Amino acid sequence: MTQTQELTKADFVSEGDVKWCPGCGDYAILSSVQTVLPTLGIPKEKFCFVSGIGCSSRFPYYMDTYGFHTIHGRAPTVASGVKMANPDLSVWVVTGDGDGLSIGANHTVHMIRRNMDLKVLLFNNRIYGLTKGQYSPTSEKGKVTKTSVYGSIDNPLNPVAFAIASGATFAARTNAANPKHMQEILKAAADHKGTAFVEILQNCNIFNDGAFAKYLDKETKAEENLILEEGKPLLFNNDTQGIVMSLEGSHPRLIVEEVNTTDTSVSITGKKFLVHDPKNEDHTLSYLISQLGVSLEGTPTAMGVLRAVRKPTYDEVLYEQEAQAKAQRGVGILKKLIYSSDTWTVTEESQAAGV
Amino acid sequence: MVTQEKPKETLSSVTIRFVGDSGDGMQLTGTQFTNTSALFGNDTSTYPNFPAEIRAPQGTLAGVSGFQIHFSSNNIHTAGDHLDVLVAMNPAAFKTNINDLRQNGILIINEDAFSASNLKKAGFKEDEDVFSRYLNKFRIYKVPITKMTLGALDGLDMMAKAKERCKNMFALGLTYWIYSRSLDPTLEWLESKFGKKPDLFESNVRALKAGYNYGNTTEIFQNTYEVPKAKIVPGVYRNITGNQAISLGFVAASELVGKTLFIGSYPITPATEILQELSMYKNFGVKTFQAEDEIAGIGSAIGAAFAGQLAITTTSGPGIALKSEFMNLAVITELPVVIADIQRGGPSTGLPTKTEQTDLLQVLYGRNGESPIPVVAARSPSDCFLAAIEACRIAIEYMTPVVILSDTQIAIGSEPWKLPDLETLKPIHTRIHEDIDTFAPYRRNDDLARQWALPGTPGCEHTIGGLEKENITGKVNLSAEVHEEMVKIRAAKVKGIADKLPPLEVYGEQSGDLLFLGWGSTYGAIRTAADELLASGYKVGQVHLRHINPLPNDLGEIFSRFKHIVVPELNSGQLLMILRAKFLIDIKGINQVNTKPFAVSDLVSRAKELIGDK
Ligand SMILES: Cc1ncc(C[n+]2csc(CCOP(=O)(O)OP(=O)(O)O)c2C)c(N)n1
Ligand code: SF4
Ligand SMILES: [Mg+2]
Repeated sequence: MTQTQELTKADFVSEGDVKWCPGCGDYAILSSVQTVLPTLGIPKEKFCFVSGIGCSSRFPYYMDTYGFHTIHGRAPTVASGVKMANPDLSVWVVTGDGDGLSIGANHTVHMIRRNMDLKVLLFNNRIYGLTKGQYSPTSEKGKVTKTSVYGSIDNPLNPVAFAIASGATFAARTNAANPKHMQEILKAAADHKGTAFVEILQNCNIFNDGAFAKYLDKETKAEENLILEEGKPLLFNNDTQGIVMSLEGSHPRLIVEEVNTTDTSVSITGKKFLVHDPKNEDHTLSYLISQLGVSLEGTPTAMGVLRAVRKPTYDEVLYEQEAQAKAQRGVGILKKLIYSSDTWTVTEESQAAGV
Repeated sequence: MVTQEKPKETLSSVTIRFVGDSGDGMQLTGTQFTNTSALFGNDTSTYPNFPAEIRAPQGTLAGVSGFQIHFSSNNIHTAGDHLDVLVAMNPAAFKTNINDLRQNGILIINEDAFSASNLKKAGFKEDEDVFSRYLNKFRIYKVPITKMTLGALDGLDMMAKAKERCKNMFALGLTYWIYSRSLDPTLEWLESKFGKKPDLFESNVRALKAGYNYGNTTEIFQNTYEVPKAKIVPGVYRNITGNQAISLGFVAASELVGKTLFIGSYPITPATEILQELSMYKNFGVKTFQAEDEIAGIGSAIGAAFAGQLAITTTSGPGIALKSEFMNLAVITELPVVIADIQRGGPSTGLPTKTEQTDLLQVLYGRNGESPIPVVAARSPSDCFLAAIEACRIAIEYMTPVVILSDTQIAIGSEPWKLPDLETLKPIHTRIHEDIDTFAPYRRNDDLARQWALPGTPGCEHTIGGLEKENITGKVNLSAEVHEEMVKIRAAKVKGIADKLPPLEVYGEQSGDLLFLGWGSTYGAIRTAADELLASGYKVGQVHLRHINPLPNDLGEIFSRFKHIVVPELNSGQLLMILRAKFLIDIKGINQVNTKPFAVSDLVSRAKELIGDK
């Protein structure tokens, strides 16, 4: 069992039937996770998948690992408890756009700001799947659903921007329809120490079919995907366009410019294209990049690792503090603790002596 | 020190309450008096009373803070019904507490604080003679505490404000003199606290001694009193509050289980001190997690329980409301989590600093579905230690969430605690499972406790969750038969806990006219009432429940031996309702929901009414 080198995808497939709708994007995610785990060099029994409630959150049942299908929105709390109790485990949170960003948004923020060492897979189908098609916090404004008959009037949330703004040390976006990219990202998340937040665009073919079609459509794919690579300029549309920082006006913003055909590192106006630097301590640029496409019309959506910075994790520091306390005060002895405050002794003699 | 020449009268019990503005140091004064009395050899019981506001405007009714001490040469169980002495540092304190002083009791007031403006702040007229109507009722001593304190500190290089702050030491010194207490314990404490700050040390010592000498040398006090040592079981003692004792109980339990302690909590009065206390114990491997809310608190505890730690979460009623969905997850996943509910006044935010027993039905029934959770209750501050261990024992040995109930009175009240012999505490056996061949997540032992295979154990990979599941395999199954079977198994498991409980102890008469049945912090008042009734020849008994769910098996038989069963509760009759439904007999309640503990005299007179002619 602990022979990690022998692990294969099959070792992670549970016996029961998978019960998602045929054609659901969740299948591809499951398969990719099962493909990546055996490559990580981690013994199978050390994996633990914790989920909330939703179609996406059924995930742990389909994995032959330790798993916990908890309650709606609260997976980060249970996962944090597991990790603090046993930091040796590789703990994964599986959540949805409703689970992680509506009812559980509070926990998502706090998990991220603590930098708890958890891998977080947020399946974003921009809809409530399990409850059969109500708008979610990532649904577009104006979206007509069963509970937004006249169009949603909520402003949507951008999951990766939300994560970065919460202080994420790792934030990435990928598409379930692109398994190769997804597996790279999953591997990068697994290798990151700290909260690794991954937004996975996932098609719900029953209640929100085609939500991410523009990223896949032959016609639009090239201009809608901005594939991020560390150290490479932010180019897309077959390297004909790129992203530059505009400092015109009162605040910096990202804009699209055409590539200078002779030098691909600069635009035709001579501005330098931004070079992707996910390891930068400062998260301002990652935040701006996260806005592209999703929150900024007329720009491509960034796919890949937006941010990957190594910082101390909560669980690391928790155990460090404990070790320090033991070193300073000595390992606690219960009897000493109980007898530590002001005590007095009543003896037969002191009783007899009266006042 | 000048030797005392005034006559001394011996008393068996005295109740003093120090009251003043939040900033007047009354809690500290009370704590010092308590420690000194305990070291001297009295039995003691205390009850602090805080305002809900941290810093209400000075001198106002909302800012009054008090500390009550009952000390005695007998064994005592309550902080006292009526005050023998009230020390009031300002008009607001006087106004809000004077009704609790007994006829002919001693009233000591800080005369200097009864200024026109302070009188007004307390809602009196500026020139009102507030004492005139009490002259025949109480022994009133108007002492210029502020002036005397400043006088004693004359020549010290300190701000006047800082000097004035020592007036609580003056008041303490004066009461020490009245009750013939030694100054030494407080002097030693001042040394340890202010030893490195000579000004503060000197000023506090001077004020303390000045108060003492004031009593000794002035004419106004005719005599002093002494309260002899109590007959106390030999042993080593310390003073302890309920929140301290419950914390130590959890640490002790973690040693008995052999698993480190994890606490996931969110601060809430009156439970906060437990999280604070436990965060000092990192060198015991205790992990404290201040979560983002109550939900995350229990969620993290459930995660830690899944991963094999002794997991607890601590809160009060509003937090239980938030935790209830997770409590149900622990019910259906059958994980050991201890939920401590330190009850306070409700509903809603209610009365955060006041005591009530109003969460019983909430913890028993406040969840969706058939959701049995064992409930244990602590009866006094020191009893929290054993109650906490018992809650952990049930959780771990039966693989179930358990609620432990305490309340404000127990949590912040204190009493001397005879330190336990740790060797006598029984180890707690876990259901940890590592054998692949015999493993199934919901395979049970005779107690119906399921196997506990921890993540990290090779070959026992499994998934648990909130959906209904089959017994033994734990596979999700929503069929009618499986659900009904699981509902019954979960109920039977909790019910079965009663089969292994020791017989109930009946205090006093084993059969007779009236049985008091109580739970929680009413213990002391009921015990004292029972003692009074027994002493006057009434045939009464007392049973005080540790386990409320399941109820002990021998309760019905004990009921059959008494003519009247009375259940005093600080709620509108919650346990009462359960007992009447279960036993179908005419059990009577004595109920009070007025923020105060029971007065013994009320319990005694209600019992006499019920018994009628003896
Ligand atoms: C406390 C609680 N409230 C509401 C629900 C109903 N509910 C279940 S899943 C869900 C939304 C799930 O949406 P999402 O997280 O996007 O998951 P998806 O099904 O789309 O994967 C809701 C509202 C519940 N199970 N529990
Ligand atoms: S409802 Fe949508 S998200 Fe849920 S399983 Fe079906 S296709 Fe997938
Ligand atoms: Mg969704």
